[in-house]
Amino acid sequence: MTEISLVDPALVPEVAAGLEPRGYWQGVGERLLRDRVTLAVAAVLAVIILLAVFAPWVATHDPLQGSVLRRLKPVGTPGYFLGTDETGRDIWSRLVYGARLSLICGITPVLFATMIGGALGLIAGISGRFVNMAVMRVVDVFYAFPSVLLAIAICGVIGAGIGNTILSLSVVFTPPIVRITESLTTQVKNRDFVEAARASAAPLLSIIRHQIVPNVLGGMLVYATSLVSISIILSAGLSFLGLGVTPPNPEWGLMLNALRQAIFVNPIVAALPGVAIVITSLCFNLLSDGLRSAMDIKLPA
Amino acid sequence: MAQFITLRLLHTILILFGVSVVTFGLIHLIPGNPLDILLPPEAPKEVVERLKVEFGFDKPLYLQYFAWLGRVVRGNLGTSVFTGLPVTGELFSALGNTLCLAVPAALVGFSLGTTFGTLAAFNYGRALDKLFSIITILGLSMPHYWLAIVLVIVLAVLWPILPAVGMGSGGGLPTSWEDARFLILPVVTLSMIPMGVIGRMVRSTVLEILSQEFPTALQAKGLRRRRIVWHVLKNAAPPAMAVMGLQLGYLLGGSILVETVFNWPGSGQFMNLAIFRRDIPVLQGTVLVLASFFVLINLAVDVAQALIDPRIRR
Amino acid sequence: MSTTDFLAAAPAAANDRGGAKQPLLIVRELKKYFSAKTRFLSLRADQVQAVDGVSFSIAKGSTLGVVGESGCGKSTTARLLLHLIEPDAGEIIFDGEAVGASDGISVRDLRLAAQMVFQDSYSSLNPRATIGDIIAFGPRAAKGVASRVATQRAENLLEQVGLRASLFARRYPHELSGGQRQRVNIARALALEPRLLILDEAVSALDKSVEAQILNLLSDLRDDLGLTYLFISHDLNVVRHVSDRVVVMYLGRIVEAGDVGEIFRRPLHPYTQALLRAMPSMDPDHRTSEPPLTGDPPNPINPPSGCRFRTRCVFAEAVCARVSPVLAAAKSAIGGSEDGNDPLRPSRFSSGGDRADREHQVACHMMVTGSGHSRAGAGAFGHD
Repeated sequence: MTEISLVDPALVPEVAAGLEPRGYWQGVGERLLRDRVTLAVAAVLAVIILLAVFAPWVATHDPLQGSVLRRLKPVGTPGYFLGTDETGRDIWSRLVYGARLSLICGITPVLFATMIGGALGLIAGISGRFVNMAVMRVVDVFYAFPSVLLAIAICGVIGAGIGNTILSLSVVFTPPIVRITESLTTQVKNRDFVEAARASAAPLLSIIRHQIVPNVLGGMLVYATSLVSISIILSAGLSFLGLGVTPPNPEWGLMLNALRQAIFVNPIVAALPGVAIVITSLCFNLLSDGLRSAMDIKLPA
Repeated sequence: MAQFITLRLLHTILILFGVSVVTFGLIHLIPGNPLDILLPPEAPKEVVERLKVEFGFDKPLYLQYFAWLGRVVRGNLGTSVFTGLPVTGELFSALGNTLCLAVPAALVGFSLGTTFGTLAAFNYGRALDKLFSIITILGLSMPHYWLAIVLVIVLAVLWPILPAVGMGSGGGLPTSWEDARFLILPVVTLSMIPMGVIGRMVRSTVLEILSQEFPTALQAKGLRRRRIVWHVLKNAAPPAMAVMGLQLGYLLGGSILVETVFNWPGSGQFMNLAIFRRDIPVLQGTVLVLASFFVLINLAVDVAQALIDPRIRR
Repeated sequence: MSTTDFLAAAPAAANDRGGAKQPLLIVRELKKYFSAKTRFLSLRADQVQAVDGVSFSIAKGSTLGVVGESGCGKSTTARLLLHLIEPDAGEIIFDGEAVGASDGISVRDLRLAAQMVFQDSYSSLNPRATIGDIIAFGPRAAKGVASRVATQRAENLLEQVGLRASLFARRYPHELSGGQRQRVNIARALALEPRLLILDEAVSALDKSVEAQILNLLSDLRDDLGLTYLFISHDLNVVRHVSDRVVVMYLGRIVEAGDVGEIFRRPLHPYTQALLRAMPSMDPDHRTSEPPLTGDPPNPINPPSGCRFRTRCVFAEAVCARVSPVLAAAKSAIGGSEDGNDPLRPSRFSSGGDRADREHQVACHMMVTGSGHSRAGAGAFGHD
């Protein structure tokens, strides 16, 4: 066998000095910034969040203050540009304050579910057969209830109120997150680089922290964002039924229910809170889509 | 195959067992003595004690559970605290009404969703794809109770061609066009979310399949478009069916919101009333039956999946 | 890769406990059975006998090549050695100390002394970490080395494997080519300063020119760092190039073992002979006209009784189904020399070395007189 001369790999053209290394998340960020739809959606969401945060400054009236004289004024009434509700309260102000409640009821349960469900899913994914089976079977039982049914049943039993709503929705959303985390963890666990990490005698926690979690996080983020859109609709639905936020708090679902009788009198006003729900939920859905596209790099073969 | 079914059956029984435990445990989440809910506070002590024994509240929890389970398996879901009638009868008739809505909604939603999804996938990137994608994602993001209201506004108030509420005199299954008119709005409303979910799911699954090599191979073999579509759909069917099963369950369980808007006397409204009247036996019975239905539907879907996709059977 | 005789001994590693004569690794009767999915309601579990009684040893500073078809158990053996999979039976003795025994070496210490280089698959490197972090992870996490020291060490290793640290340390795996990733794999394995390196199809996924570079790199590293290699491959040319001794596996068992020259010049087992005949010849006057081996490898679940190769062996007889052949030293061949030298690769160990380590062993009834096979006792039969 003749000598093969060793080519200096540092001279290989594709790694020209000066090209900044691009990690995974940087790539995701770059792709997101190029995605106009996602950017637009993010902007809309930012506006909604800002409106909610600065509600006291943005609202034109006290959301709880109504007057019989001003009931069900139509859109465009001077001073109440989105009209008034069935007790004379300004719709715009109630929408803006309602954004707070709706966002909280939408995001918080998903946050809790992600923390608890994520941890459970990780544990189930990493552990041996028995622990895995035990966790996943329990999850299966909760999965056996359609989510709306479960949310209603829990709220129906423990009562209404914003705290109970958040609790109920957290319970409803934990099983799906456990499932998806477990699935992702199992996939990652079997990859070569995790085996190499095990072969290096590193402690388990180190392996979880450095090898497994970074590779699972992306998928979880996409899923959690899509869950927020469902959570907003579901929490509004609970309030719609009288099981969520209690009157006279301004909450979009509650407003929809209260205005139901008004559809014969002032249909447009009656539909407005729903528009808010649709827009917010749609934004989270599109955001989740955008994240998924940005993360789905086809790695070169 | 038989092995697969047997295993799946065992799994289902286990899950049903778990469901019953959770449902039973539900009432014990209520703060306070369950008995207080059933009786007015001024009831004389002897009545309270007697009812305690009669309902079995004095026995330890697991004995109560097994007694309850025994009754349930024999078809006795308890008696409504409010009406005094047995739960089973009322529940199943209400369930029948819900099915009158859920089944057509499922059919409409699934077929529309599959069509839209497939068309979108085969026209990937073009205007048709974008159009269908918008439709499906809107369907997903819309609270259907709101859509119900909007539809009522548009088609019953502003332009009154359809009835706003009620089920019609026929009682469920429409026996005439008059009665069927009552069905239209609720069914359309209910079908939106399944359409959205299925549409997106089918689109992404078909896209994934198309990106594999075998459709190109089929095309190179000279197969006509229609046959290729058929092959692709066969491959897309298993995951789509799983989602359809889930959606059917969702329709059964989530119909409560739409039923409230349309005043449709289905199981959803039944449950709603039970919650407000604190009618625990009714609530328990409804949740148990609906959840069990869901589990059985999923079992059926799994078996059907295995029939189509030999890889699942193993 | 030098063609001259390498007579100087490799530099002794700092933690050489057993001395130069002690083989770095001795494996005895290693077994691993996997249960395949049990049939519902049946009492007997189907078993995949992935590794069924494998024994060999590796001398310090040498390279042992392991060849065989897919599914023969090579990769499982590699993972058993590092206890990534728990063996069902058998012993592993590292530098004179039994692994897992109370008075021997712990699994953790074994892992610090023996590392594996994986095949370059897409998932051999953590896609979310920089190259520097990937290499430094082992020392940081397992040995508690301070972060900056570990980073410095990683950069030194990068230079050692031929990648300029300033260019590569902060890059991500998807920005590297296959050959570069494989160098990183090697650097990662070396980060824990092991004495034994197991290379599991380490060059199989690379283009030929890159493969040659990596093989040269491996050879240089072995000499510079005093390493011992276990080289697993299905590519006979590569194995011939790098190994000092070769072991041939079939369906979980070793069928032949010997110095590389012996095996390639005078293969004794019918399977080895078929493998060698399967290598396309470069000589246009000696073209391969018939397939040397017929049929597919049998199902590893419930393998054939007795000799596992008998279903594909031209010489199979009744005794082959009844009795499993044992791996034993072959009698010296007619007219063969004892030193087993391959004219293309004079052995580094031609001067001395324990006789038993250099034995030519084979597991075949035809090579054992009195085994009951009609061809037994005829001495080494020639090749066709």
